[in-house]
Amino acid sequence: MPENLNTEPAAEQTAADTATDTALATADGRIPPSPVPVASQGGDLGHDGGGSLLRQIFTGNSLVAFLSVVLAIVLGGVLIAVTDEKVGAAATYFFARPSDTLSAIWTAASGAYVALFQGSIFNPNAQTFEGMIYPITETLTVATPLICAGLGVALAFRAGLFNIGAQGQIIIGATFAGWVGFTWHPPVGLHLALVIVGGLLGGAVWGGVVGLLKARTGAHEVIVTIMLNYIAQFLLLFLLTTPAFQRPGNTNPISPLLDQSALYPLVMGEQFRLHWGFLVAVAATVFVWWLLNRSTVGFEFRAVGANPSAARTAGINVSKGYILVMAIAGALAGLAGVAQVAGTEKVLSGGVAATFGFDAITVALLGRSSPWGTFWAGLLFGAFRAGGTAMQADTGTPIDIVLVVQSLIVLFIAAPPLVRAVFGLNPRKKKTKKAAVAAAEGAGAA
Amino acid sequence: MSATTLTPTSPKAAAVDKPVSWKVPVTLSVVAVAALVVFGSMAPGASATFGISTDRDLLQLPALTVSGVAGGWVCALAMLALAGYSVYLARAAAKLPAWVPIVFGALFVVGFLIWVVAGARTTSISLAGLIAGSVTLAVPLVFGSLSGVLCERAGVVNIAIEGQLLGGAFTAAVLSTVTGSVYVGLLGAAVAGALVSLILAIFSIKYVVNQIIVGVVLNVLISGLTGYLFSTVLTRDPEHFNAPGRLPIIEIPFLSAIPIIGPILFRQSVVGYLMYIAVAAVWFGLFKTKWGLRVRAVGEHPQAADTVGIKVNRIRFWNVILGGAIAGVGGSFFTLVAVDSFTKDISGGRGFIALAALIFGRWNPIGAFLAALLFGFADNLQSLLTIIGTPVPSQFMAMLPYAVTIFAVAGLVGRSRPPAADGIPYVKG
Amino acid sequence: MKLELKGITKTFGSLVANDHIDLLVEPGQVHCLLGENGAGKSTLMNVLYGLYDPTEGQILVDDEPVVFKGPGDAMAAGIGMVHQHFMLIPVFTVVENVALGNETTKGAGRLDLDTTRRKIKEISDKYGFDVDPDALVEDLPVGVQQRVEIIKALVRDAKVLILDEPTAVLTPQETDELLDIIRQLKTNGTSVVFISHKLREVKAISDTITVIRRGKVVGSADPSASATELASAMVGRAVNLSLEKAPARPGEATFAVRNLTVTDHNGQHVVDDLSFDIAQGEVLAIAGVQGNGQTELTEAVLGLQPHARGSVKLDGKELLGRSVKQVLDAGVGFVPEDRQVDGLVGAFSIAENMILDRYDRAPFAKGIGLKPSVIAAHAEKKISEFDVRTPSVTAAVGTLSGGNQQKVVLARELSRPLRLFIASQPTRGLDVGSIEFVHKRVIAERDHGTPVMIVSTELDEVLELADRIAVLYRGRLVGIVPGNTSRDVLGLMMAGIPPEEAGNAAGLHETAATPTTERHDGGGHA
Repeated sequence: MPENLNTEPAAEQTAADTATDTALATADGRIPPSPVPVASQGGDLGHDGGGSLLRQIFTGNSLVAFLSVVLAIVLGGVLIAVTDEKVGAAATYFFARPSDTLSAIWTAASGAYVALFQGSIFNPNAQTFEGMIYPITETLTVATPLICAGLGVALAFRAGLFNIGAQGQIIIGATFAGWVGFTWHPPVGLHLALVIVGGLLGGAVWGGVVGLLKARTGAHEVIVTIMLNYIAQFLLLFLLTTPAFQRPGNTNPISPLLDQSALYPLVMGEQFRLHWGFLVAVAATVFVWWLLNRSTVGFEFRAVGANPSAARTAGINVSKGYILVMAIAGALAGLAGVAQVAGTEKVLSGGVAATFGFDAITVALLGRSSPWGTFWAGLLFGAFRAGGTAMQADTGTPIDIVLVVQSLIVLFIAAPPLVRAVFGLNPRKKKTKKAAVAAAEGAGAA
Repeated sequence: MSATTLTPTSPKAAAVDKPVSWKVPVTLSVVAVAALVVFGSMAPGASATFGISTDRDLLQLPALTVSGVAGGWVCALAMLALAGYSVYLARAAAKLPAWVPIVFGALFVVGFLIWVVAGARTTSISLAGLIAGSVTLAVPLVFGSLSGVLCERAGVVNIAIEGQLLGGAFTAAVLSTVTGSVYVGLLGAAVAGALVSLILAIFSIKYVVNQIIVGVVLNVLISGLTGYLFSTVLTRDPEHFNAPGRLPIIEIPFLSAIPIIGPILFRQSVVGYLMYIAVAAVWFGLFKTKWGLRVRAVGEHPQAADTVGIKVNRIRFWNVILGGAIAGVGGSFFTLVAVDSFTKDISGGRGFIALAALIFGRWNPIGAFLAALLFGFADNLQSLLTIIGTPVPSQFMAMLPYAVTIFAVAGLVGRSRPPAADGIPYVKG
Repeated sequence: MKLELKGITKTFGSLVANDHIDLLVEPGQVHCLLGENGAGKSTLMNVLYGLYDPTEGQILVDDEPVVFKGPGDAMAAGIGMVHQHFMLIPVFTVVENVALGNETTKGAGRLDLDTTRRKIKEISDKYGFDVDPDALVEDLPVGVQQRVEIIKALVRDAKVLILDEPTAVLTPQETDELLDIIRQLKTNGTSVVFISHKLREVKAISDTITVIRRGKVVGSADPSASATELASAMVGRAVNLSLEKAPARPGEATFAVRNLTVTDHNGQHVVDDLSFDIAQGEVLAIAGVQGNGQTELTEAVLGLQPHARGSVKLDGKELLGRSVKQVLDAGVGFVPEDRQVDGLVGAFSIAENMILDRYDRAPFAKGIGLKPSVIAAHAEKKISEFDVRTPSVTAAVGTLSGGNQQKVVLARELSRPLRLFIASQPTRGLDVGSIEFVHKRVIAERDHGTPVMIVSTELDEVLELADRIAVLYRGRLVGIVPGNTSRDVLGLMMAGIPPEEAGNAAGLHETAATPTTERHDGGGHA
């Protein structure tokens, strides 16, 4: 490795290259790299990092994020077009009349995306104003569990833990919350509060176990959370066959409806599904931001995530950190479970968590593990999901296309050099990447 | 220099206090006591009958009948004895021999089988069928975990096994239908698995993206892609795209009629035979060849490998590709052997069980194979038990592989140590 | 084989690590590269070994220009290298490590380790190495591991052997043995490039010395040149490293270690029945070769070692069995030996690192809320007080140079009232200017009346700072001797010879060899 020659900061910090982060964070490989993709493990203590805003936009993550979304949508459009029947039909006489094929391609792809937009943001064809804005309220409704669970994943990321277990945490959270919601009958107000507490508790237990195993036995959280997802799913399916959970007189694995007093109130009246859970999600985002950047607990989490050895040497209890952060992360996912069972679904069933827990991982990745990033990413993916349902109904384009676009976005965002290369934005080419890596190592070496 | 006449202050070897791990003895004791309560004192009155031979076997062996009470008590007491032995060894600070937990586990399985079968509505199952079915169900798990072994031994974490299996299953179905040859489909499955791996390799090796992220996202991508194509192209015209037919079962004359062993070793599809070959080949390759030495070096200490002229990232790249191809072949099992068409998410999370088998098998091809067999056994037992009607909820049987894996990674059934550089990208200066 | 480097330049971004370096290694010669930490020696050798592409310049082997695309090419050309951090795979056996990358096979790619075993035996016999080919490398002592590295190079018929700081991990006796091996290699026609910043060794072994400073060759020297001349050439100014310090005025012994035993996960006693005191206003240096229990000793005091027995008392209060936080709160300041791993969170800002162990209390926090403005103001004050060179307190600490990183650690640990100060390898990898700064701060803390424990494997640093010296060998205390004990006695003690015997032996030795007055030649620090 190069030795450092002067006392000036050695690394060029402009290169937005993952490799740099890796080299920087690992002290030449002596610390295992944080498993976690975060823009920076440092806190936001209210100071500007320097550098012109314009330059940040054009070299930094914002542009790459935008281009990643564009690229993913274009690729999704290509997939829609090539599988479209009309395109296939027109392609058989492509050389006779190529314009038919091209217009069929355009119609297929744009039709799907227009339907997606009209299903997620604004529907100009609706008869009433309510009908026009209905899509955006659907987006917010779907985004609610995504944001909550995404925050759980992001928070654990910041403490260096790869929480794949949001799915299980949502399930157990929803199970606790649902049970409180249809079994107990306390007064209005108190009931919803108890439901929320139940959800938080259920998620916290399911997440905390992961932290406990990690802290006590070193069991890798990725494996444990994957396994706990399955266990949670089977546990719920089992419970739904027991008298305590199964709807009386019903042989299907489904619970009774939750009491009215256990449900989130609706925000905009009966015609919309949007419920107070969304406002809770906003509050959760604010809370996580405060926790990470303005609290001693968050300082511990971030220190444990960025360098557990140094954290331990500085007197931070790393084991406690793992347990606590996983419990809070689980509680946040549990909140997503509450949003489902006490907001959108109003009933506990085997599919109560849908795939929100897995989508939450991509949400947190897209949000670069920052609370507000996760919030906006949750809204985006909520729009995809809400719009995807409408699209499937309108144009027959299967909703699976949304999974494809979502995963492509996350892949592209994780590899900025690829995106820049695709759009021809790589003025500095390979050499700079190498140099930046080396310089970062140099800073480590000296 | 007169140092020869001098003696260091510590001529004797440094003192040692052998640390004692109580994890295993405690775990064994708890399980043994639980077995005593459940298998012994709560034993069903009936007897369990295990069929050994099938009609096609040459040699017809009589079925085995065991009294629920006697069998339960014998197994439970034997387990207790082993637990006691492990406690005794721990007190004497001696090392626990490897056979103890293995025999313990086997006794547990036998005791459980007796208990559950004797307590069922139909107190008889075919042991031969149970074992043969377990091997069959284990096939995709074995291929998946071998993919994991190849990737992780070279230092690349492979969470994308699920995606590789799914990609293989989809491609096998489509290509077989389109070309009319299941063997082309099989080949196509390998290529599809390798293509999924290609994305993993490019992103994790070239672009140094976190390997777990790429794996997780790849699973979503392949699930979405195959789901989308299934809902559009395959559903629209199943005749031309989703009617692959099946790989024939190849029976080896005479040998296939041996009770129990015959069906599992000599009455398999090509994929089944390939599984045995793949396990042996990967084991031999990793531990007995020049290639394997280099692969393991790259997974343990890539920098050291680099300084002796080994191209670290090239080895990683090709290993990931090879792993993908192997998992892809495993994926063809779903659409060419188990059933004869593709449905959405047909792999149903088996990629994650394969990952569990890899860890439980301690990153060793043979270990992964045995772990996959165990999980296949649990899977098969679950469906058999539903048929014979037992008191154990099937959901709990379904949880078993996952719970066992958590115990494994938590070190309660022996420490699993991954390759030292597993998951750490190699960036050269 | 004749090896020549012509105009080698290597830049990393704006950083010029090597600036037009010329170097000629004649056959059968020991060529020393002398330079401070950070002078660019290792970079140069990595270029030569094919690990880095040079930005400019040429490598010539026997007057033919060559291009090395990787270490494989360099090895094929007859260049071998023993890295400062050994490039051995711990879970492999010796023979597997030696075979790796140079395997012989017997059909179908099957490994043929017997051939390699035979080669290892041949080389071992020739040079008197005692190496078991089937031992696991992780079980071998470092000295033996180094021999495995040398065997690796020799099996590949290296004509030029590069040794990068080979003595850093060796006892003085092992160093002597290594020098003997080098002489043997030379006799057999192998050229050796010996990289070091330790003047004594360089003078003892080299035929030619090239001095590198700030990435440039500043001249060559003859081994007969005086140590002072070499040191000034290396550092670039007249050096007088003898620290100005007043004699210690030890007060009450407030720190007491009694019968401390630390066991590792294998049950090995890594610290074995240790007892000593440190008085207020006194520096006790813990000397010893790396890996003789020093790390575990400091970690046990801090509460980082789970299996520690005995007693560690500060101001009469027991520290053992308390959490790290409680120990720090008792007034212990700690500079860990590896600042990047244990001392700093590289991705955190300077301001955050400055409060890494005090983030949860006033004035930096109120309840569980942080106070960002106070934290920033504190950092601003400390960076000027400790002369940390950085554009901003929000810069990530990982982007700073080693010297500045160490200043951040010191600033954090020394900016609260201390009852005990422990610094492990406080100047490892630093340049001369930073070393002087760190040493002054340590002595200032001592003069402030704090008991100070310095752990160092560099004898020069030990002699520089210590009022008393405790030598550890295999986790045991060999003895505690005064701060002015001769280097030879200390060297013998580091090999486990008790002080009385060591004194006698060194006395005999001294008449025949190097005088002990060499202690201020500036060697070991730079």
